[in-house]
Amino acid sequence: MTSAATDLTGTAVLTRFIAHRDRVRIVVWVASIAALVAVTAASVKGLYPTQADLDQAALASNGNAAAIAFNGPAQGLDTVGGEVAFQAGAIGLVMVALMSLLMVGRLTRGEEETGRLELIRSLPVGSSAPTVAASLTVAAMNVAVGALVTLTLLALKQPAAGSFTFGVSFTMLGLVFMCLALVAAQISENTRVVYGIAGSVLGASFVVRAIGDIGDGTVSWFSPIGWVQKTRPFAGERWWPFLTTIAAMACLLAVAGAFASRRDLGAGLVQPRPGRRTASPSLGRPLGLAVRLQRGSLVGWSLGVLLTAVAYGSIADSIDDFVRNNKTLADMFTAGGASLTQSYLATSLRILALLGAGFAIQSTLRLRSEETLLHAEPLLATPVSRRRWAMSHLLVACGGCVVLLTLAGLAVGLSYGLVGGGVGVVPGLLADALAYVPAMWLMVGITFALIGLLPRLVIAAWVFLAVCFIIGLLGGLLGLPGWLMDVSPFDQVPLVPAAPFKAVPLVILGVLALSLYWAGVIGLRRRDIG
Amino acid sequence: MRAGVGQCHVTPAIFVSGLVKTFGPTRALDGLDLTVETGEVHGFLGPNGAGKTTTIRVLLGLIRADAGEVALLGGDPWRDAVELHRRLAYVPGDVSLWPKLSGGEVIDLFARLRGDLDQRRRDELIERFELDPTKRARTYSKGNRQKVGLVAALASTAELLILDEPTSGLDPLMESVFQDCINEIKAQGRTVLLSSHILAEVEALCDRVTIIRAGRTQQTGTLSELRHLTRTSITAETTHAAQGLVDLAGVHGLEINGNHVRFDVDNDHLDTAVRRLGELGIRSLVSHPPTLEELFLRHYGDELARERALAHGDRGDRQ
Repeated sequence: MTSAATDLTGTAVLTRFIAHRDRVRIVVWVASIAALVAVTAASVKGLYPTQADLDQAALASNGNAAAIAFNGPAQGLDTVGGEVAFQAGAIGLVMVALMSLLMVGRLTRGEEETGRLELIRSLPVGSSAPTVAASLTVAAMNVAVGALVTLTLLALKQPAAGSFTFGVSFTMLGLVFMCLALVAAQISENTRVVYGIAGSVLGASFVVRAIGDIGDGTVSWFSPIGWVQKTRPFAGERWWPFLTTIAAMACLLAVAGAFASRRDLGAGLVQPRPGRRTASPSLGRPLGLAVRLQRGSLVGWSLGVLLTAVAYGSIADSIDDFVRNNKTLADMFTAGGASLTQSYLATSLRILALLGAGFAIQSTLRLRSEETLLHAEPLLATPVSRRRWAMSHLLVACGGCVVLLTLAGLAVGLSYGLVGGGVGVVPGLLADALAYVPAMWLMVGITFALIGLLPRLVIAAWVFLAVCFIIGLLGGLLGLPGWLMDVSPFDQVPLVPAAPFKAVPLVILGVLALSLYWAGVIGLRRRDIG
Repeated sequence: MRAGVGQCHVTPAIFVSGLVKTFGPTRALDGLDLTVETGEVHGFLGPNGAGKTTTIRVLLGLIRADAGEVALLGGDPWRDAVELHRRLAYVPGDVSLWPKLSGGEVIDLFARLRGDLDQRRRDELIERFELDPTKRARTYSKGNRQKVGLVAALASTAELLILDEPTSGLDPLMESVFQDCINEIKAQGRTVLLSSHILAEVEALCDRVTIIRAGRTQQTGTLSELRHLTRTSITAETTHAAQGLVDLAGVHGLEINGNHVRFDVDNDHLDTAVRRLGELGIRSLVSHPPTLEELFLRHYGDELARERALAHGDRGDRQ
């Protein structure tokens, strides 16, 4: 009794400290998940104003395996609430799980890895207090998400039982992943590995659930996301599946506690694998080093682009059914006289290229972070010229762009081909995706020119990408003027396959990219390093 | 270079004259001079923020001099950076490593980039410095990161070593291993520029030293020429009123308060001063060698005060 009490000494103070320190992060997470549900609910009401519209939408989704794989079981789709749960449920649940695992990783293992926990533990603070304080904070966030989701749906006059069940689903799933992250945080001493373990379980939960939902739903019982979707919000609610989440939490907490009592501060349950005693032959040139430093990031981006591309491609064939009877959606996709599917594929490729541009910028900015972290200094004190050093990372950036676009084209093509387009479409879509190579290289060029000439303003590269995103996704909708649309290199690329291919704009983009590269080299050669 | 004198002299490994470097309003280097002869171990001393690291970064061609003359191994460090870097090895004051790479990988990477990987020498140094080369850089302590940088540089066959406070974070045992290594390098006739603010290390290793403050060279010469800089601080309480100390040679900053006395004395005159104290009857005696910072503050205190009065504002002399 007394030992449990002293174990928790300082919990209240620590909880208040976390809540204050992370207040912005906490509010942004909770508000953006609640906003996602609110915006979806409002747009569902706008898109399907009558019961007839809802019935039609339900009919289209009921037989659409791709939509079910992405969103969850088709249940209660002829109601506004059911449609919201279908449209926003999957992404919202993934977000709440991500929120929980990222917050727990950051507040527990992150604090431990940076050595801050050592400082806290040297104070009169109980040994469990920091973990309990972190858990209380994250639990409160999950309760807040659930409450806001429920209140939003109630405000939109949805049935109380469904609104409440849907809200509690968010809280429960978040809490399961919070407990899971607590276990992962005991296993490895590296915060990124903690994210990796918990994130893989989340990814697997999503896939298992998708397979189960396409079938008869039995397999979904092996996924935490499946558990909370089995409570059937707005479709004849049932409460007992929540018991599985509570049982899972109890087991995970017991395991986390057992692991925690078995390890030292700063250590993990699993000892890290030792590194190589000597360097491999490739690690003897700047390019080898750049590849080594960036390969993890490229693999991550590749997976992200691949999954998004498969998702886009697999619903391309049913896009006609999906929007045939909906004027608003049809207007969003049709450009010129091309078919709906072709326009949809072209838009998908452009969005994938814009996503990939995030890698282009991040990868190029590695040069700048290598400089500010003082990694570049000893490197440039060896017989490696500044240009050769820059080239090493730029080659990875440019090569990575080609890899990402190739994956995007192949994945969109194969998934669309397999669900109905026929695999003959693959080469064409691959070529269409590669049409974005010069635009991506231009993003590399812009970022590198900033690094060379205006190193303190490299953030402008991200701002420019955000502008390109707005132009690419909403330009038509917002009625932006033509000259502003022309600013985005991605809008200079012909909208293949919906529009005919033109080589001239691509050549111009390529020449611009090359000139910016030279501007960057000149700037980098003339300025001070560091 | 003057005729006659220039012909019989070998080109110095490092020649810096009137070097100026400004960062915005800050004048980090303000007419600095530094000459390092080939084959010597040269101490480069100065308090924090004096401009040691800035000078080294100019020598490495990482930053460009605003004014002044700089020659490194007979070349221009900015223009000929790549060629010159084949002939030198460098250890930064705070070795910052890629967290995912192991220490062994970093050492090999630098050796291969310089093109002089000597497996046997590398392994020997790893053993002498008791470094675990399989640990990832993320898990190294400050001292161990410093060892990685040192092994990478000391394993090279470069003719010039530029070391910027290389032993910060090393324990005394490793400090002595480091000194052995530098003495071996000196015996091979190679040149070392050793930036430091640890006076004992410099005294043990260096042939000549250059002392800088606020971006300017204050003193340069052999250690014996510099010997007058090393003083001992004495605080004592005597039985008789302390007198007859004022006229003693080598005594500085004398403060007498009844039976309490405080002064600094040049080490050459320590014996005489302590004898005189003994005649007064010593009740208590504390003596300690001044730290470099104290030395600077005391030695250049007047000049500093004058400068402050003139500039009337703080000069953020960061490196």
